[in-house]
Amino acid sequence: MRSTEYVVRRIAFAFATIFVAATLNFVIFRAAPGDATTAMRCLSCTDEVRAQLRQELGLDKSKFQQYVIYLKDLAHGDLGRSFQNRQPVLPQLWQPLKNTLPMLLLGTFFSILFGLITGVVAAWRRGTLPERLSVWTGLAFFSLPTQWLGIMLILYLADPLGLPTNGISDPYLSFSNPSLWAEFTDRLSHMVLPSLTLGLVLFGEYTLITRSALLETFGEDYVLTARAKGLTTWQVVRTHAFRNSLLPITTLIFISLGFITAGSILIEAVFNYPGIGLLTYQSVFQKDYPMLQGAFLVITASVVIANLIADLLYIKLDPRIVE
Amino acid sequence: MSAQAEGLVVAPRRRLRDNAVVVALRGSHQAIFGGAVLSVVILIALLAPWIAPYGEHERVGEVFEPPSSAHWLGLDDGGFDMVSLMMFGTRVSLIVGFSAALVAMLIGGSVGIIAGFFGGRTDTLLMRITDYFISIPDLPLMIVVAAVWGRSLRNIILIIGVIYWTSTARVVRAQVKSVRERGYIRRTRVLGASNMRLIVRHVLPQVAPLLVATSVLMVAYAIFAETAIAFLGLGDPSATSWGLLIENAFARDAITVGAWWAIVPPGIAVAIVVVALTMLGTAIEDALNPRLRVSHVSVRRFKLRAAPPRPEDET
Repeated sequence: MRSTEYVVRRIAFAFATIFVAATLNFVIFRAAPGDATTAMRCLSCTDEVRAQLRQELGLDKSKFQQYVIYLKDLAHGDLGRSFQNRQPVLPQLWQPLKNTLPMLLLGTFFSILFGLITGVVAAWRRGTLPERLSVWTGLAFFSLPTQWLGIMLILYLADPLGLPTNGISDPYLSFSNPSLWAEFTDRLSHMVLPSLTLGLVLFGEYTLITRSALLETFGEDYVLTARAKGLTTWQVVRTHAFRNSLLPITTLIFISLGFITAGSILIEAVFNYPGIGLLTYQSVFQKDYPMLQGAFLVITASVVIANLIADLLYIKLDPRIVE
Repeated sequence: MSAQAEGLVVAPRRRLRDNAVVVALRGSHQAIFGGAVLSVVILIALLAPWIAPYGEHERVGEVFEPPSSAHWLGLDDGGFDMVSLMMFGTRVSLIVGFSAALVAMLIGGSVGIIAGFFGGRTDTLLMRITDYFISIPDLPLMIVVAAVWGRSLRNIILIIGVIYWTSTARVVRAQVKSVRERGYIRRTRVLGASNMRLIVRHVLPQVAPLLVATSVLMVAYAIFAETAIAFLGLGDPSATSWGLLIENAFARDAITVGAWWAIVPPGIAVAIVVVALTMLGTAIEDALNPRLRVSHVSVRRFKLRAAPPRPEDET
């Protein structure tokens, strides 16, 4: 019973958050001094053109009317038209989102990999140099600006590894009528450096959480029993401690997924990777406000939904929390 | 409070030196290291105009000239001396960091105290708002606001402060809630003290150290956020910050030229300051409460999530 109530509450909260974000979106863009037509800085705009634009954007109505219209359009999936190419915004958001997702997954994979290795080392060799080293490496990478780390990888890792640093695929590849496999490896190679940046920036969190989860299970009675029956340290870690520490790690994955959707803006700007982040970056540059609003809404929605999944997964994995 | 009571108990003079938190901090390597590094950086920021070898806008050579004995870190994309730029950048980055943290402290502190002290509907309402703000990803929100407000240092400070107040509010609220129930506060209330007096005289001193700890960490987040905003082309073009240095070098093809000296130093500087501030902030937090639930491990996601309650909280 209580768990149903918990689930309903979390879902309601998620929807409310998206609604608040949508409202913020409206307030921020409408509360700015001047309006979209002055912000466009179009030199050829005569007063008539402006008036026409204002009418088209609905800026001649009252703020409240505008808000109602905005919400109504939103409910129909209408996010307006891009200032840049005059096409509806929403369809233009899907492809970038699809490009971003595999990159984020690969990045998450990297961070889990590094985090698990360093976390297990830290817990296993507690109080020794390896522990301090692995924890501090994680923290050091945390403290580096994401965009800066990306640039460092371009400068020092791209050439030795022969990896591309720009875009999502080789534009000349299509001329040679490539096989599916060649196309796949081409995509993958373009994904490696951006994902690696994400992985490096985020793995410290997995290190800490793996370490503390492991240390906690090390204190359990069944681990003592396992030791008493003569298992080696590695066997204990592998068969007993590690499995039970997967719970916090699993939830962290989903929390991160949501977060890094937002964090990908900087990485995609560095690597010119055509995802939702680069779209945000470009719409800022081009003052394409409808596009920017749309991207913000899509990013917020993904973050909120990922957090919701994390919450729901949590009760699945650990039913104690609703009791 | 009466003269008689004061006569009975001679209140010892409170010295900062003897404060439990300060004592704990003096024994902490983290705090000492973090504090020392921070002091040096602040000193550089203060003295920048006098110790910088060249002026902030002084062309001293070719574009992207490599490091030499005259210019230890080479020249940037405008032919300016990188050592000097780094020093002036320290100034701007620290100003942004501290001012934004102050804004966040004022907003978050007020919200936290009001919510925690008055409780009830006020608390529910304010915490609901806080939860929404926590759930909305901050970098995209900052970008959207910055894109509309325009590029100026003041705007960046306000944006970072206005968006980063949530964690402060939650931490402070939790502390205020426990302080409010303490015996001496109840007694003072019975004696007829107004809410204002209770907050200023009795609650604020109790939460002040926590507020300082959170704000120290906030400075780190703010500096970090500034580099991100600047990198996305939303920084103040006239204020040379570390973030702007990275952005300028990247935008002017320092990578193609191989001019690492224009990019590496600002990134390292950010990392050093962020690590120092994190060490200091967590050391203060630890000194305040060794079992504090809040863990500020990440610059990127430091917020207290509106997380499901943990089983051990129920007991």
